[in-house]
Amino acid sequence: MDSQPAKPQKPQSVRRKFEPWADPAAQPLIRFQSVVKRYGDVVAIDDVSLDIYEREFFALLGPSGCGKTTLMRMLAGFEEASEGRITLAGSDLSGVPPYRRPVNMMFQSYALFPHMTVADNIAFGLKQERMPKSEIAARVDEMLKLVNLRGFEKRKPHQLSGGQRQRVALARSLAKRPKVLLLDEPMAALDKKLREQTQFELMDLQQRIGTTFIIVTHDQEEAMTVADRIAVMDHGKLVQVATPTEIYEQPNSRYVAEFVGDINIIEAVVERVTPGDIALKSNALEAELRLTQRSDVKTGDPAAVALRPEKIRIGKEPLSEVHANCAQGVVYDIAYLGDLSIYHVHLENGFVLKATKTNISRQIEPPIGWDDKVYLSWTPDAGVLLKS
Amino acid sequence: MAMRKGLSPVTVTALAGGLAFLYVPLILLVIYSFNDSRLVTVWGGWSTRWYLGLLHNQALMDAAWVSLKVATVAATLATILGTLAALALVRAGAFRGRTLFAGLVYAPLVMPEVITGLALLLLFVAIDFDRGFWTVALAHVTFTMCFVAVIVQSRLLTFDYSLEEAALDLGATPFRAFFSVTLPVILPAVAAGWLLAFTLSLDDLVIANFTAGPGNTTLPMRIYSQVRLGVTPEVNAISTVFIVVITAVVLAASLAMKWQQEKIESR
Repeated sequence: MDSQPAKPQKPQSVRRKFEPWADPAAQPLIRFQSVVKRYGDVVAIDDVSLDIYEREFFALLGPSGCGKTTLMRMLAGFEEASEGRITLAGSDLSGVPPYRRPVNMMFQSYALFPHMTVADNIAFGLKQERMPKSEIAARVDEMLKLVNLRGFEKRKPHQLSGGQRQRVALARSLAKRPKVLLLDEPMAALDKKLREQTQFELMDLQQRIGTTFIIVTHDQEEAMTVADRIAVMDHGKLVQVATPTEIYEQPNSRYVAEFVGDINIIEAVVERVTPGDIALKSNALEAELRLTQRSDVKTGDPAAVALRPEKIRIGKEPLSEVHANCAQGVVYDIAYLGDLSIYHVHLENGFVLKATKTNISRQIEPPIGWDDKVYLSWTPDAGVLLKS
Repeated sequence: MAMRKGLSPVTVTALAGGLAFLYVPLILLVIYSFNDSRLVTVWGGWSTRWYLGLLHNQALMDAAWVSLKVATVAATLATILGTLAALALVRAGAFRGRTLFAGLVYAPLVMPEVITGLALLLLFVAIDFDRGFWTVALAHVTFTMCFVAVIVQSRLLTFDYSLEEAALDLGATPFRAFFSVTLPVILPAVAAGWLLAFTLSLDDLVIANFTAGPGNTTLPMRIYSQVRLGVTPEVNAISTVFIVVITAVVLAASLAMKWQQEKIESR
């Protein structure tokens, strides 16, 4: 983070294979069972069922107002479910007040107690447990070491930088060794560089201590970086719960496809279906769309094909022998990001496709410029079929 | 057009005029308290003999002691009740009768003192409560409580509620969360409320007149009755002491508020 450089450690891959959700024998640590939350007539959480496993780093992702914070606050005990059950390690949490739950939360504002020192902030939860003084001192020291803040114990929160305060908040919420740590937009107040670094450190820390982490965020990159699984939420419902790769490569709906990353959505109609080969026709493209995906669509069904810009090959020359999954058009916008460039290509009938190209070689003059005629093509496994 | 800031002859005159209007009488009183002459209007040289004389005026000293006791007790009770009222107004949300409750809490701010005093007198007589120390103290609680409520409420409105939630989350019961987190954080406002209630109680003449019993004459009552027999340099002296005490307390209250403001801004 921002004070002391981390000690050099043996390089070690952080993520090994970890997928308890795929194991039918695995017991979930947290279960939401048909949970509904209403505020008057407003339904904030709409029939959510969700299992979260021990040691998992789980992300709740969605725009503001989608219910992700409400779901987290229900787990912390600040909100009660209107219907349904929430269990933690098999025991029902309903009616259990926040101060009797083995769950701790790191607040978005950090909520550090301004009148206490760093050490007293971290010790606060331990004092509530009436832990002996010597044990408290040892635990506080351990926590300070964990977040690299030794030497800051006597400081007050207002004497710390934003990054340091964030780490005090983290240490304080971990001091009681909770079964679950809830993180409410933990990096919202940090600048971009520090945020990226902190994401990796948080991941590393979670692997070392093995606590289940649940993070609430509206930043899809953050969710994809840190989480084992992501739940994408919209209007109080879970839209998709899957690994970052699945969320990105196999979105189950237009909402997920458009919320996570950049994407082209091409409206089309199914023409032919054979196992492992679906052909579609779209008004946007002259050529046919072909997909290798398996799906239960039938001829004549309306559907959409979602296509990530980086999966589209863009070039000034057409690929020979390509009759499907291709288009041609004129470049009318280029966003040069350094590592890659995003091209907006106007097709002949007015449809716009976005394609990205990694800038492999150093070139001051872009190889493809404005108003250039370009050819786009992609493989049959690049697109994802979305049923409307 | 840019406004010229700073002192011009006009603003200096206005300022001097305003300050003179407010403070010349007080300054005269302070100067005459050091007058060696027994006649209030004739200057007879500097002296501190009236201040020494105060110490031997048993009636005045007794009244000062009563006033201090009343103000301390009243300010403490008013602070507790005022803080609770502020908590109810800020935290309880839109409960039934909230507007009415807020109105009832703040009504004494604008109620004429004569009416408050008279009403309390009638009550004490009706319930056969012997007038004495406690009647004055309780009367002072009723009219100072609203000032405490106003100050504490404005502080609570900017209080980050997640601090209290964090305390609960870390295992503190609601009671402990309030005393170990909320109260220390809003303490400057509570202290300012106490100091304000203290000075208001110390100043009050009208309500005390209605509610004090024999043997519990407060300092303003004592001074007032002594003045009716003629203004003596001794009255000037006790008044000067009074001004100093009140100024010190008000200064302390405003410092408490300023300190709190700085604490918020430094976050």
